[in-house]
Amino acid sequence: MKVDNIYKEEKKSAFAKLSEIIITMASRPSGLIGLSILVFHIILAFTSPYIAPHDFKAIDPTLMLQAPSAEYWFGTDDLGRDVFTRTILGGRTALTITFFGSLIALLWGGLLGIFCGLVGGKIDDVVMRIVDAFLSIPWILAMLLIVSLLGTSTEVLIPALGFFYGKGIVRVARAATHDVIAKDFIVSARARGHSNFSIIWNEIIPNVRDAILVEGAMRWSWMLLGFSSLSFLGFGVSPPTPDWGLMISNARGLMSFAYWAVIAPIVGLSSLIIGINLTADAFAKALGIDRSTKAPV
Amino acid sequence: MTDIIQKVKNLSIGFRSKKGEEILILKNITTNIKKGETVGIVGESGSGKSTLALAMMGYVKHGLYTIGGECQFNSSNLLKMKSKDLEKIRGRKIAMIPQNAGQALTPNLKIGYQIDEALQLHSDLDEREREKKISELLNKVRLPSPETIALRYPHELSGGQQQRVAVAMALAGTPDLLLLDEPTTGLDVTTQAHVLELLNFIAKDTGTSMVYVSHDLGAIAQVSDRIIVMYSGEIVLEGPSRDILKKPIHPYTHGLLKSIPKLSLAGLPESMPGSQPQPGIIKGGCSFFDRCNFSDDNCKNNSPKLEFLKDLNTSVRCFNYEQLVNENEVSQTVNKIKNKSLDKEILNLSEVSISYAKQKLLDQIFNRISDENPTVKDINIDIKKGETIALVGESGSGKSTILKSIAGLLRTKDGLIKFDGSRNLSSDLKERDPNDLRIIQLIFQNPDESLNPNHTVEEIIAQPLKLYFGLKGEKLKKNIIDLLQKVRLGEFYMSRYPRQLSGGEKQRVAVARAFAAKPDIILCDEVTSALDVSVQAAVLNLLQQLKEDFGTTYIFVSHDLAVVRAISDRVAVLYQGRLCEVGPSNDVYKFPSHPYTEVLLGAVLEPDPDIKPKLVAEDIVEERPPEKGCSFQGRCSRIVGDICKKEIPPWQLTDSGNAIRCHIPIKELQKQQF
Amino acid sequence: MLFLIIKRILLGFITLFIVSIITFVGTEVLPGDACTTYLERQAFGEQLEACYRRLGLNVPAYERYVSWALNAIQGDFGYSLSGEMPIKDVLGPRIKNSLVLASAAIFIGIPIALILGIITALWRDKLPDVAISTVTIFAMTIPEFISATLLILIIAIWLEWLPGIVIVPTDVSFLELLPNIILPVVAIAMIMTAHMARMVRSSVIQVMASEYVQMAILKGVPYWKMVFKHVLPNALLPAINVVALTIAWLLGGVVVTEVVFNYPGLGRLVIESISNRDLPTVQALAIILASIYVSINLLADLLTLMLNPRLKTLQIRK
Repeated sequence: MKVDNIYKEEKKSAFAKLSEIIITMASRPSGLIGLSILVFHIILAFTSPYIAPHDFKAIDPTLMLQAPSAEYWFGTDDLGRDVFTRTILGGRTALTITFFGSLIALLWGGLLGIFCGLVGGKIDDVVMRIVDAFLSIPWILAMLLIVSLLGTSTEVLIPALGFFYGKGIVRVARAATHDVIAKDFIVSARARGHSNFSIIWNEIIPNVRDAILVEGAMRWSWMLLGFSSLSFLGFGVSPPTPDWGLMISNARGLMSFAYWAVIAPIVGLSSLIIGINLTADAFAKALGIDRSTKAPV
Repeated sequence: MTDIIQKVKNLSIGFRSKKGEEILILKNITTNIKKGETVGIVGESGSGKSTLALAMMGYVKHGLYTIGGECQFNSSNLLKMKSKDLEKIRGRKIAMIPQNAGQALTPNLKIGYQIDEALQLHSDLDEREREKKISELLNKVRLPSPETIALRYPHELSGGQQQRVAVAMALAGTPDLLLLDEPTTGLDVTTQAHVLELLNFIAKDTGTSMVYVSHDLGAIAQVSDRIIVMYSGEIVLEGPSRDILKKPIHPYTHGLLKSIPKLSLAGLPESMPGSQPQPGIIKGGCSFFDRCNFSDDNCKNNSPKLEFLKDLNTSVRCFNYEQLVNENEVSQTVNKIKNKSLDKEILNLSEVSISYAKQKLLDQIFNRISDENPTVKDINIDIKKGETIALVGESGSGKSTILKSIAGLLRTKDGLIKFDGSRNLSSDLKERDPNDLRIIQLIFQNPDESLNPNHTVEEIIAQPLKLYFGLKGEKLKKNIIDLLQKVRLGEFYMSRYPRQLSGGEKQRVAVARAFAAKPDIILCDEVTSALDVSVQAAVLNLLQQLKEDFGTTYIFVSHDLAVVRAISDRVAVLYQGRLCEVGPSNDVYKFPSHPYTEVLLGAVLEPDPDIKPKLVAEDIVEERPPEKGCSFQGRCSRIVGDICKKEIPPWQLTDSGNAIRCHIPIKELQKQQF
Repeated sequence: MLFLIIKRILLGFITLFIVSIITFVGTEVLPGDACTTYLERQAFGEQLEACYRRLGLNVPAYERYVSWALNAIQGDFGYSLSGEMPIKDVLGPRIKNSLVLASAAIFIGIPIALILGIITALWRDKLPDVAISTVTIFAMTIPEFISATLLILIIAIWLEWLPGIVIVPTDVSFLELLPNIILPVVAIAMIMTAHMARMVRSSVIQVMASEYVQMAILKGVPYWKMVFKHVLPNALLPAINVVALTIAWLLGGVVVTEVVFNYPGLGRLVIESISNRDLPTVQALAIILASIYVSINLLADLLTLMLNPRLKTLQIRK
C-alpha cells in the first residue's frame, strides 16, 4: 500500500536510525516485553556480583535442600548453596560466551556468504557443498566433539560456537546477496567498472545488512539454547561456576523434594531465551523482514 | 432505468495510515454502467482505477476498507453483501479478467480444471457437457488444439495464451458484466492487438457489458463506447469515447493526449509538468492544480465538483473547462528533433553474435563459445556520433542482449565492437580499461531497481564522479548540484533516498548518474516503460535536451514504437536476434518495407478511435530462431517460396538509405504497402 | 526430471563423503590418539603396539580412511574401543529405539503443526492467531531439556500420571515401550511443531495474498474450496524443504531428551562414547546421523520435485 507523506524524510544519522528502530520495536507489546527482559538480564549480568546476597560456592551441609525462606529466597541446593545467588549469577557466562560467539558467527558467516553470492560459479559450489556437509552433522554431536577435543574454556567455546553457528548465516547472506546482485544497480556498478571490493562494501552490504543482523540475533537465541544444552550435558561451564544449564542438570535428580532448585534456573534461562527471541522477532519486524520462514539450522 | 447494470454511488474507499489518518484511494465516485456498453476507465498508476473495478465485484483489498457509498448490482449493494451471496454473483453475473494472467492462474492446477471449476460453480452442465464446453470456450478465445491446452499447466503457456485462458475462464459463467483490469498490459504489441480484437469480438458476440481499466489510452480507444478518466482517486472527466479522445474538456486529459507520442508524428510531444500526487497529500483544492495550465486561485482553494453538461453528454470536474470547450481537436505540437549527427562513426558492430546456450565442459576449458544457432547473430550496425539509434522488436528479439554486450556485460560469441573507428572494445568488462568503461554508460528500465535503495541521491551521483575523476569535497558537491540542475532537480534532492522520489524523479537521478561520467555513448534500456504516460514525455524531452547540449550518442532500446518514433534518428528492427531492417526513422515509419516491420507497426494502438490496428500475422510465440533461412519465416504472411526457408535473405538498399533484409525484391515490397 | 533426481542423489553422496572426511580428520587431530587415551598410563611399549595393531592405527591415515570408508559403506564400522563388541551390534537396537522416538514425534508433530499453521494464517491477527502464536513462540524457544524436566516434574512427579524415567532394557518390545515414550515424544515434538507451525503460517499468508487466490475469490470459488484447492497445495510445497530441515534439527533434540529420560537410544550412546573418547563409535554415529539428515533432505527434495508441476514438466519444454 502507499505510505503516507514520506517526501519530507531526510537522511538520518546512524544513531537516529537505531533509536527509531528501537522505538518501533517497543511499540508492539511483544517487542516491548522482549526488550525489557533482555535489558533486565544484561543489567543483571553486569551487577549481579555486587548484589548477590551469599557466596555462590559456599558449601554448607547443614543447609542442604532448604525450602525458600526470607534468608534464602529461592531455597538452597543439595550442597547447601544459595539458589538465588547462583541463579542471578548463572546467566553471566552463557550471555557473554553466546554474545561474542554470535558476533563471530555474524562476521565470518556474513562475509563468506556475501563473497560466495557475488562470485558464484565453481568457488560458490564448493563452499556451499562444504557448508552443507557441516550442516548435516547434528549440532549437538559436532559441539560435543569440539569441546571434547579442545576443552571447555571460554577461549575455545566462543570461536567454536561462532564457527558452528556461522554456517547457517552463510546461507542466509548468500541468498540475500543473490537477491541483490540481480538488481540493476549492481549491474550498473559493474558496468561502470567498480572493483569487487567496492561493490561489496557500497552496494551489497547496505542491502543485506538487515537480513544478516536479524539472522545473527536469531542465532544468538539458538546458540544460547545450544550452549545451555552443552552445560546441561556436562560439557559446558565447569563447576563450581554457577550456570543455569548445569544447575538444572544437578538439581534434576532431587526435584521430587526440592523443586525450587530446578525451577529458579529454568525461569532464568527460559526468560532470557524468550527475551532474545522476542527481541529478534521485533527487530525483524521493525526492519520489515519475515523471519518465520527460516529453519533452525 | 432498467438498462443500468451496475450503479456506483458516492463510493469512497481508503486506508488508515500509520499515524491514524484516513487516506482516500477513491473519493466519492458515482457512475453507472449500462447494459451492453463498454466503458473504459483510464488513469495513471495510483489513480484508483483498479480499486474501483474490484469494488464493482464487491471486493476490497486487504488493508483497504469502504468508507462510504455503494456498488449496486441488481439493486443490491455488493459491498455489504454476505460472502455466500457474493459467490453466486462473482464469476456468474460479474466476471474479472485480470492484468497478469500468468500470476492470476493457480500454478498447481491444469488449465482445463480451472475452467471446469468455473463451469461447475456457475452452470448446471453434467461432466460430459462441461468437457465439451471447455473445448468450445478455448476455441472461442482462439487457442490452438483446445484438448491439449486443457491438460497443460499455466506456466507451460505463453503470456498471450495465458491471457486467452483467463478470458475463457471469465466467459465460462456467461456473465452480464465483464471487468477487465489492464488485460493487455505486459503483452507484446502484436499479441496485445490480437487480444483486443478478440475482446471486441466477444463484446459484440455475447452482448455483455464491459468495464475496461487501463493506463493505455491507445487500448481504451479501440474498445470503449464511453470513457471515464480518473486522477488521484476522482473521476475528472466522463463522456462518449470519441469526444473525450478528440476534444477533451478537462485540462488533465487534454495534457495527457498531447503528451502521448504518435506514430504519425515525428518529434517529441509536449510534456506535462510534475506527477500525480500520492494519496493523502492533497488536502483541499483541485488535485490537478499544480500541474494545470488553466488553474487559478479558485482551483487552489476550492475543490471542483463533477458537473454534467447536458449538451455534450459529458461530466467534467473543472472550474475552467469552458476554455477548452471551444478549442478544436487536440492539436499536437512536437519539438522537432534537430538532427545534428555527424558523419563520423563512433561505434561499429560487425558480425556480432551472442549465445545464451550453456557451454559444454570442453568449450569452457578452452574459454570459447560454440553454438550453431546463437540467440543473436550477424549484427552489423554502424552508429554515427550524436545520433539516436533505436533497436526495436518484441520480447525475445535480442535488443537488450545486444545492449548488454556493448556495455561489456555479456560476452559475444563472435564479432567486433569498435569504438571511434579504431579501438576494439572487448565484450568482457574485465578486459576494458577505465576509460573504455567511462565512455559507455547505461540507463535502465526501472529506476527502482537501478538505484541502490540505501544510498542518497548525492551518494548515487557521486559514484561515477569519484570513480572516473577522483573528485572530492566541495568540488564533488558542486558537480553533483550541477548535474541535478541539468536534470531539473533542485539541490535539496541530494539528501533524499530513492523511495522518497516519484518515478519520474528517480529516472532523472539515473540520467544524472549516467551523464556524470561524461560518456560518449549512453545505452537506454526501455527507459520510459516503467513511467506513467504523463511523465514519460518529460523524461524524453530531458534526454533530447541533454543530447543536444553534450552531443551524446544514444542507443535506445524500446518495445514502444511510438516512443521510438518520437526520439530516434534511425531505427533497427530485430526479430529473433537477427536484423530485419535498418534505416532512418522517417523511412522506416513511412514506408515500412520488411514484412515484420509492417506487422509491428500495424499492431500499434493509437489513442484515436479512427485508427484501427491492422493484424497482418499470427501472434505465435517462437522459442528460438529457425536454423536456416529467414528469421521471420515462421510468422511471415508473404513467404515467396522455399527460398525463405533455406537461404538467409540478402540486404537490399532503398534510395533513401533504408536497408532491408528480405527475399522479396524491394520494388515489390514497397508496392504492396497499405 | 530423471537427471534432476540423479543429480540430487549424487549431491547427497558428495555431502556424506565430505562429512566422513570432516569427522575422520576431526578425530585425527585429537591430541594423542585412541590408544593412548584408552590405555592412559599404560600407553607405552608392547601394550601400545598391540592396541595400534588391533585398531589398525599403524598404517598411514589416508589408508586407514579408505579401508574404514569401504567397510562403513557395507555397514561395518569396526570395533568399539572399550567393549569387544562390533559397533554395528551396539548401534542396531539403539538406532531402532531412537527412530521410534523421532518418528513418533514427527508423526504427531507434522499434522498438529499443519493444523495450527493453517488456523493461524486463516484467522490472521484475530484471537486464534494471537493465542496460538504466543504459545508457539514459547514452545519454540524453550530448550528440550527444560521442557523435558518440567514435564517430568509436573506430569510424573506431581501428578504421577506417567513414568518420568525410562527404565527398560535396550531390546524391549514396542508395546512395553509405549507408556514410557509419551513424555519424551512430547518434549521433542514441541520445538519442532512450533517451528513448523510458524513456517506454515507465513507460507499460507504469502499465498493468500497472491493474485491467483484473489482471482479464485473473484471467480466465486467458495472459501473452503479455495483454501484446499488453490491455497494449500501452493503454500505447503515450499514448506516441505523447511520442514525437512526442522526434522533434521530435531536429531540434536533427541540426544538431549534421551539423556533426560534415560532412554536407551542413540543419544545416550553419543554422550557415553564422547565421554569415553570412543572415537570409532563417534565416527560411526556422525556418519549415521548425517546420513539420516541427508536422506530426509533428499526425500524432501524429491517430494518437491514430484509435486511441483513447474519442475515436473521442465523436461518436456526443453
